[in-house]
Amino acid sequence: MDYRPEVINKLSEIYSGSHGTFLKNSPEIFNRHRETAYKEFLRLGIPDRKNEAYKYTNLEKSFGYPYQVYYSPVPQDFREAEKFHCEVEDLDVWNMVLLNGFFPRGEEGLVMLPGGIWVGSMKAAAKQFPGLVEKHYNKYVQGENDGLVPLNTAMASDGLFLYAPKNTAYTKPIQIVNLLHSDQDIFAQDRNLVVVEDRAQLSLLVCDHAISPQHFLTNTVTEVYVGQNSRFEIIRVQNQHNNSGKITHTFIHQERDSYASSNNITLHGGLVRNATWHMLNGENSETHSYGLYLADKQQHIANFVKVDHAAPNCNSTQLFKGVLDENSSGAFNGRIMVHKIAQGTNAYQSNNNILLSDAARMDTKPQLEIYADDVKCSHGATVGQLDNNALFYLRSRGIDAREAKLMLMFGFAHDVIKNIPIEALRERIDNLVQKRLRGELSRCASCAIQCN
Amino acid sequence: MKSEFLLQIKELKATIDNKEILKGLNLEVKPGEIHAIMGPNGSGKSTLANVLTGRDIATVTHGSVTFEGKDLLVMSPEERAREGIFLSFQYPIEIPGVSMVNFMKTAINEQRKHRGLEPLSASEFLRQMREKKELVEIDSALTNRSVNEGFSGGEKKKNEIFQMAMLEPRLALLDETDSGLDIDALRIVANGVNKIRRTDTSVIVITHYQRLLDYIVPDYVHVMYDGRIVRTAGPELALELEERGYDWIRKEADVNEETWTTDRK
Repeated sequence: MDYRPEVINKLSEIYSGSHGTFLKNSPEIFNRHRETAYKEFLRLGIPDRKNEAYKYTNLEKSFGYPYQVYYSPVPQDFREAEKFHCEVEDLDVWNMVLLNGFFPRGEEGLVMLPGGIWVGSMKAAAKQFPGLVEKHYNKYVQGENDGLVPLNTAMASDGLFLYAPKNTAYTKPIQIVNLLHSDQDIFAQDRNLVVVEDRAQLSLLVCDHAISPQHFLTNTVTEVYVGQNSRFEIIRVQNQHNNSGKITHTFIHQERDSYASSNNITLHGGLVRNATWHMLNGENSETHSYGLYLADKQQHIANFVKVDHAAPNCNSTQLFKGVLDENSSGAFNGRIMVHKIAQGTNAYQSNNNILLSDAARMDTKPQLEIYADDVKCSHGATVGQLDNNALFYLRSRGIDAREAKLMLMFGFAHDVIKNIPIEALRERIDNLVQKRLRGELSRCASCAIQCN
Repeated sequence: MKSEFLLQIKELKATIDNKEILKGLNLEVKPGEIHAIMGPNGSGKSTLANVLTGRDIATVTHGSVTFEGKDLLVMSPEERAREGIFLSFQYPIEIPGVSMVNFMKTAINEQRKHRGLEPLSASEFLRQMREKKELVEIDSALTNRSVNEGFSGGEKKKNEIFQMAMLEPRLALLDETDSGLDIDALRIVANGVNKIRRTDTSVIVITHYQRLLDYIVPDYVHVMYDGRIVRTAGPELALELEERGYDWIRKEADVNEETWTTDRK
C-alpha cells in the first residue's frame, strides 16, 4: 500500500495549521516563496521509484515514519549541543555548532570573520543583507520533478548563511557541525545559502552527527552562488546512525573562471541521499564532484549528480566510490548535460564499487546528454570484487590475505579521500575509513549510539 | 636432516583449466646458485613461477616441491614469501591508493614477525628504504607514490628489484625481468640484483633472451620445452640458443621424448 498520501496529509495539516507560526518565525523572503512551493510539492508529491532519479531509492523507511516534531527545536536542546567537541586533531577551522539544522542563537546578528566573511543564520541575514538574500534565495534550485525541493522551500524556517563579499578570502575552512539531538523523533528541514562573490574564496566543512538514538529525517537544501574568478569547496562528512535519514540537495551555480568542488563522505547512515547539482554557467570554469560511501547492514546510500555544461570551455569531474557489505544497497545516478553552446567541454565521470557480500547491491547509472560537437566526455562504472591480481601481488610479499584485502579496500577509498582539500581532515577520514573497514569503531567516540 | 638443496622440485605436474602445462619437471637449486630457465613461449616457464609462489591459477596434480626441506605446496603465498621466496613479476600490478611506504612497511614487518623479530622502528625503516633505493637507482619520488601507479615499464621492473632488496629473499625468481627494458635499465636492474645478492641467495632467472645473462651470469642454463626441462648445461648453452633459436631443441625433444624420460630415472 502506498504510504505517501497519509504522510502528505500530515505535512499539509502542519503546513496549514502552523502557518501562522511559520510566518512569524521566518524571514519574510522565505514566506514569500512558501505558497507556490507548497502547491508545487502537492503536485509532485514524495518521489517514488517511478521517478527516474529515485529509481533505486525507496524513501518509505524514512518518510513513512511517524515523527513527533516536524520543524522546530526546543531551547533546552541547545545546551546539549554546546557541549559537543569535534574530535579531529589539528583541525584548524572556524567552528560553529548547529542543532537539527538550527542556530542555537538564531536571532543574533551575523558574525564577521577575519578577511571579511559573514556567517550566521538566514534569519539574521535577511535583516542585515536583504537585497543580497533577495537576489540569490531560491534562484538556483532545480530538481526537475523532485518534490522534496519545494517541500523544503514550503516548510523550512531557517538555516545557514555564508557570505564572502568581492575580493574576500578566509584562510581557514568554516566548519559547521550539525548535530541531531533530541528526545523526540524529528523531521527537520534546513535551508542554506552560500554566496561567494567575484574573486572571493570560501571553504566549507559540514559534519552531520546524530548524538541521540531517536529517529531523524532531515531534508536539506543548500544553494551556492560562486561568482567570477572565485573558489568554493564543500566537504560533507556524514556520520549518523541506522535510524536516521539524510536527504541533501546542493545546488552550485558557477560564473566564469570559477572553481568549485564538492566532497560527500558518507561513513554511516540508515538512508542517505545526496543530490549535487553543478551548473557551469560561465566560460572557463571547473567543477568537481567527489563521493565516498561505506555501507553495511540495511543501509542505503544514494548519490545523484548532475553537471550542466551551460558555457564553453569548462571542465568537470565526477568520482564516486563505494564499499557495500551485508544487506546494504547503493545507487549512483550521474548525469552530464552538455548544452549546445558549451563547445570545448571536458567532462569525466567514474563510479566504482566493491561488493563484499552476495546480498549487497549497487545500481549505477550514467546519463550523458550532449548537444555540442567539440566535447570530450568519458564515463565508466564498475561493480565488482577486489582485484585478485593485486591481492596476490600483496600476498606474494608476505602480507596475509586479510590485511591485503583491507589494504586494497583502503586504497580504493583513498582515491576519493585524497581529494579532500583539508589535510588534518584527510588524515582523520583515512583513519575513520580504516577503522570502519576493519569493523572496529565506526563512529566518532563521542557518539553514544550503538547501531548494532 | 637438512637438505643440501634450497629448492627441490620432483616430477612436478600442473594443470591450468584442466590442460596439463607442467609435465613432470625436475629442478634442484643449492644455496647461492644462479639458474637460468629459457625456452620458447608456452613451454610453461611462467606457470612454474606461479606454482612456486602459490598463485591459484595453476593446480598441482603430481610431484613435490620442497624449500629448505619443507613442503612448499601446502603453504599460502604469504607463508612462502615469509620463508624467503620472492617473485619479480613479469607484469607488476598497479595498486592505486596503497602507498609504497605503507606496502613495504607492512611486508617487512610481517616477515619479521614470522621470524620472531620486533617491527622495525620508523627511522630504521626509512634508513633501509634510502639505502636500497640508491642500490637499485630508483627515483626517490617513486617510492612516495602508490604502488606502481603511473610507473613506466622500466620503473616497474626497478621497483620489483627494490622490493627484493628490501625483503632480502633466500630465493629470487626473476620472471622475464628483462622484457621491455632498454639496455641502460637492463644494466641497472641486473647490477641491482648482483649487489643485493648475498653469497647464499639463490636466483632463478626466467628469460627468452641471452642478454640479461651477460650481467647475471648463471651457473646452469636449463631449457624448458612442453612442460619439462629438456636440456641443462653451463652458460654457453644460452649463447647457443641465442644463435640457433629453439627449433633444434624442439626437434630433439620431440624425438627423444621416450628415451629422455627413461634416462632421467
